[in-house]
Amino acid sequence: MASMKCNKCTKKATVHLTEIIDGKVMEMHLCEDCAREQSQHMEQQFGLADLLAGLTDFGKHVPDVQQSVSLLKCASCGLTYEDFRKFGRFGCAQCYIAFKAQLKALLKKIHGASVHLGKRPAREVPLAVPVETAVPGALPAPQEETMESLRVKLQEAVGREDFEQAAALRDKIYGMEGRG
Amino acid sequence: MELNDLIHHSGEWLKGTGPFGHIVLSSRIRLARNLTLTPFTNRANKKEMESVLKAVEAAVGKISYFKGAAFFRLNELDNVGRQFLVERHLMSHDHASAPQGKAVIVSHEEALSVMVNEEDHLRIQVMQSGFNLDGTWEIMNAVDNALSEQLPYAFLPEWGFLTACPTNTGTAMRGSVMVHLPALVMTRQINKVLSAIAKLSFASRGFYGEGTQAIGNFYQISNQVSLGHSETDIIQNINGLIRQIIEQEEQARQALLVQNRAALEDKIWRAWGVLNNARIISSQETIELLSTVRLGVDVGVITDLAPTTLNELFIMIQPAHLQKIEGKKLGASDRDVRRAQLIREKFQAV
Repeated sequence: MASMKCNKCTKKATVHLTEIIDGKVMEMHLCEDCAREQSQHMEQQFGLADLLAGLTDFGKHVPDVQQSVSLLKCASCGLTYEDFRKFGRFGCAQCYIAFKAQLKALLKKIHGASVHLGKRPAREVPLAVPVETAVPGALPAPQEETMESLRVKLQEAVGREDFEQAAALRDKIYGMEGRG
Repeated sequence: MELNDLIHHSGEWLKGTGPFGHIVLSSRIRLARNLTLTPFTNRANKKEMESVLKAVEAAVGKISYFKGAAFFRLNELDNVGRQFLVERHLMSHDHASAPQGKAVIVSHEEALSVMVNEEDHLRIQVMQSGFNLDGTWEIMNAVDNALSEQLPYAFLPEWGFLTACPTNTGTAMRGSVMVHLPALVMTRQINKVLSAIAKLSFASRGFYGEGTQAIGNFYQISNQVSLGHSETDIIQNINGLIRQIIEQEEQARQALLVQNRAALEDKIWRAWGVLNNARIISSQETIELLSTVRLGVDVGVITDLAPTTLNELFIMIQPAHLQKIEGKKLGASDRDVRRAQLIREKFQAV
C-alpha cells in the first residue's frame, strides 16, 4: 500500500480510524500529532458519561448492593437509579430526594465537597413531595407492603449500609416483580 | 427586535473596551436554573416544555433587565437563523440541534441571554467585554434574584440549585474568560499553561464553545467545580488564574518583540497582506490570520485598526453570518469568496 497522507496535515498517516456514526462508516487517516489532538477532542466530547458511570460504580466488590441500588426509582418522574447511571442526568428535582443516600458520595467525588455554600433564591420554594391520594374519612390503610414502600425501605437500608436487610428487601421486590 | 436587526451591529461583549482588552476578549457567567414542579427538559413532554416557555416569558416581561429583549422560539427560526444565534455565542449547538419546545431570549446589546429548555429549564448568560468577571457577576446576581422572585426555582439548602447534570449542582455557575494567547503558542509554552489549568481543576475550551478545539489562539477558561464554594469564591479563583495567564502572555510577547522582532513583524504583515488581498479564504485560515493581525494591533505593530473591527470579524466570517449578510443561502465555495470580500471591505473602511 502506498504511504497515506494525514487527512488533517500533509505528514505521513500512521493512525487509521474507522468511525461508525448513524450506520455510516467514516475512515480517517492521521499522523501521530493529529491523532493525539483528535483523541483529546474526543475525550472532551465523550468523557462525561464514562466519567459518571465510573464515579457511580461504587461497591463493585458487593454486587448485591449494587443491584439493590439499581432498583431505586424516583416516584415523581419514574427515573431509575440505573438510568441515571447510564445517562448521567436526573429527570426532575425530586430525583435528588429519591437518590439522596447515593448522591452525597457522588457529589463529593465530583466537586470535592457536598455542601452548598453559594447564594439562595430570593424566594425559596420547598421541594414538593408527591402526596398519595387519600380518601377523607377512610380508615388508615393496612400496613400492606407495596412496591413503592419496599423501594423506600430498600433505599433507607442502603443508606445506613445495612446490606443484609437491603438484600432481603431486594429479593422481596424481585418476588413481587415475578423475577428471581 | 427581529433576528435580522442583530446582523449589522455586534454584541456589547465584542467592543474590546473592557479591562485587559489586549489579551482578554470577554468575561462570561452562566447560571443553570430549573423550575421545581416540572420534570427536567430530558423528561418533560411537549405540554410541560410549553408551560416552562410560558412561565419564563411571563417572568422576564416583569423584569427591567429584559426591557426590549427578543424572545425567539427556535421552531420558528430556520436552520441558518438558529446557527446565526449559535455563532453569536447566544446559545449552544445542542440547543439549536433539537429546536422543538425551545427558545432563547436575547437582551438589547446581547449582554444578557437565556436559553429556555436547554439541558436545564433556564440557562442564563451574561457577557461583558474584557476581564471583568466581578462586574459580570453583579449583573447576573441581580437578574437571577429578580427571576427567582417570579419563578419557583428547584433548590435544596444542602445542595443548592438542582440541575439535570450533577456536575452543575450547587451554585450551578460556570464563570469563563476568553483569552487570546498567541505569544504563548508561538513560544511553545501553551501546553505547560494548559496542563497547569487542568491540574487546578479548571477547564479550557476553544473559541466556539464546548467540544471545540482551540482555534486562532483563543482559549476559554472556566471553573469545573460548582458545589462547596460560593459564587464569589469561584470568581476570585478564576480571577487569580487569569491574572497569572495574562502576565505570562505579556512576558512572552515582550520576549518575542525583543528577541525576534523582525520575524514577528514579518508574520504580522504577511497575515495583513493575505487578509487584505485574498479572493477566496476559508474560515480556518481567516481565524488564524486574524489572530496574528490582532497580536499586531495589541503590540503596536499595526496602529490604525480598531480592536472592535477585528473582534467583530471573528463572528461575522462564520457561515450563517455570511448568509444573513448576503440575504441568501451560500454554498461553501461561495462563502469563501464572500468571506474574502467582507474582510477587504472591513479593512479598507478603516
